[in-house]
Amino acid sequence: MKVRVFVTLKPSVFDPQGRAIVEALHSMGYGGVGDVRQGKYFELEIDAPSADAASALAAEVADRMLANPVIEGYRLEVEGAR
Amino acid sequence: MKFAVVVFPGSNCDHDAYHAAKHVLGQEAEFVWHKDTDLRGADVVILPGGFSYGDYLRTGAIARYSPVMQAVAAFSATGGPVLGICNGFQVLLEAGLLEGAMLRNARLKFNCEHVHLRVEQTTTPFTARCAPGSVLRIPVAHGEGNYFADPVTLQRLEANGQVIFRYCTAAGEIADAANPNGSLHNIAGICNATRNVVGLMPHPERACETALGSADGLVMFESAIDYVTAGARA
Repeated sequence: MKVRVFVTLKPSVFDPQGRAIVEALHSMGYGGVGDVRQGKYFELEIDAPSADAASALAAEVADRMLANPVIEGYRLEVEGAR
Repeated sequence: MKFAVVVFPGSNCDHDAYHAAKHVLGQEAEFVWHKDTDLRGADVVILPGGFSYGDYLRTGAIARYSPVMQAVAAFSATGGPVLGICNGFQVLLEAGLLEGAMLRNARLKFNCEHVHLRVEQTTTPFTARCAPGSVLRIPVAHGEGNYFADPVTLQRLEANGQVIFRYCTAAGEIADAANPNGSLHNIAGICNATRNVVGLMPHPERACETALGSADGLVMFESAIDYVTAGARA
């Protein structure tokens, strides 16, 4: 079962990379792009009996390694789950 | 007394720390591989600088699950002095042995230069020999040294005197212009609540001989030697 994990910086945390990207976009003429926040994306292939079990395992992995709770949050998508 | 220098895949300041302890200060020193599970009877543990696991995922995020880190946690829990330098500091943060996290430097520059540090607290195993408020000139070399903690944590660290080093001017003034990476409150180094675990981004091990431009880092190693030989460990 595939689980997608999207890790993003918390809104209160400054993102120097996102800032550099948006400044470059502005210099390219894309004034309509107000802000950019850079994050990370992971695809986990998980052997689990159900979507819930896969999601629970992915959440544990995200809590322990993929995201740092001091600065980041995450969102999960289980492929095929409704 | 004996220093253990932990070697992760991608550590690259391990030999500098070993050299400072063994050759400059004449102490016993031993490398400990990250897959080892004991610290060989060390009195002081150093997590050195470098790029453990290539900085994959986040700095220190993978190294903190290396087997040796359980031994480091157990050692620190009994009051053992642990010094995390640069990447070693990042590993300690990821491991939860120190509070906070590192972000990319505010101006995205990999900063490789000598900076000035003000010693804010002398009540740790690594700063006991420093004069309070003294200014040390020590190099930094990092791309992710922008210290962050949430406001509540930051306030607690400040109130408890857990901020050990701050970036400052040569005269010891805490100023934005002296902050190389955007760290909150100009924080360059902190300790844990029990004060035996210290992490800092600058590299004292690269500043232990005047031939290298500064010997100001020596005082941290000498402090640790005092701490152990005086039996100060609780």
